[in-house]
Amino acid sequence: MTLWNSFDTGAADGMTATVTKIKGANGDEVHAYVARPEGASRRGGVVLIHHMPGWDEIYREFTRRFAQHGYDAICPDLYCRAGHGKPDEVTAKVRADGGIPDQQVAEDLAAAMSWLKALPTSNGKVGLIGTCSGGRHAVMTASKTKGWAAVVDLWGGGVVMQPADLTPKRPVAPIDMTTDLSAPLLGLFGNDDKSPTPEQVDQHEAELKKNGKTYEFHRYDGAGHGFFYYDRPAYRAEQAVDGWAKVFTFFAKNLA
Amino acid sequence: MCTNIATRTAVNGSATTGAGWSPVSEATIGFDHATHLWREHAVRLDFVNASGGRVALELDLASGRALLDRLREVIAEAERSGVDA
Repeated sequence: MTLWNSFDTGAADGMTATVTKIKGANGDEVHAYVARPEGASRRGGVVLIHHMPGWDEIYREFTRRFAQHGYDAICPDLYCRAGHGKPDEVTAKVRADGGIPDQQVAEDLAAAMSWLKALPTSNGKVGLIGTCSGGRHAVMTASKTKGWAAVVDLWGGGVVMQPADLTPKRPVAPIDMTTDLSAPLLGLFGNDDKSPTPEQVDQHEAELKKNGKTYEFHRYDGAGHGFFYYDRPAYRAEQAVDGWAKVFTFFAKNLA
Repeated sequence: MCTNIATRTAVNGSATTGAGWSPVSEATIGFDHATHLWREHAVRLDFVNASGGRVALELDLASGRALLDRLREVIAEAERSGVDA
């Protein structure tokens, strides 16, 4: 699938984007950025999981990109409980507090899925996608909760964890939840990444194979971690353009 | 990669920003994704106070090492001087 300029210039191509509030884990109010194509047609939904640097501008862009491509999209603020301010200020509080608990993340994301499925435009299919810590959260959440039609892990570090890496907030390595993975998985990785390393990606792939899971992994030479982020030095345009096309092809197949 | 490397400590100090000086009571020291420094990762020093004010620094690893070495030297010299216990 061609990512760029695949729309018809004569098409009604508007969208609405706003911040809403959903009921997340523990019934907590969680802010979420929502972007939706105009019109009443039935369509798939996408839940986006922001990366460790926070609920930031690039994730708002990513959310709108999915609406541009015909999906109802929602990106909950997983750091909402740390308060509000500029994204890096909120993230500083979360870092100081040792991150956010996996269970809370899974429940917040499942709540976002339910929110999408309740929309009058929903076709009942919702995908999950995250980068960096969000890639790990995608695999973890699609293993702990049901109802997803597709899941995308973009260079999620910490899917494979050593016993010393386990904490009360991250008590189980997502690779050890593979038997429960409930949706087809797309994974994109850079071969120069230090987390996940190519060996860890191999390990994850072997576990998926062993458990008969539906997955496709693509690995890019000349790229490391975070190669979609055009505002950071890790950006790799060629690999990013190909990667986005793979994401949209995967969702087109699984969310139609 | 997200390293999740972070630790924190109480501090008794002051920091200055464009808005002037204010007390700081806690520091988070970490090594993780850089926000502004043009590197993938940075040594991150975040000084905060109870009212939520924040002064943040991002340094590359070599700068972090150099700073640590000089800080150790200065503190050792300060302790030898006996000026302030």
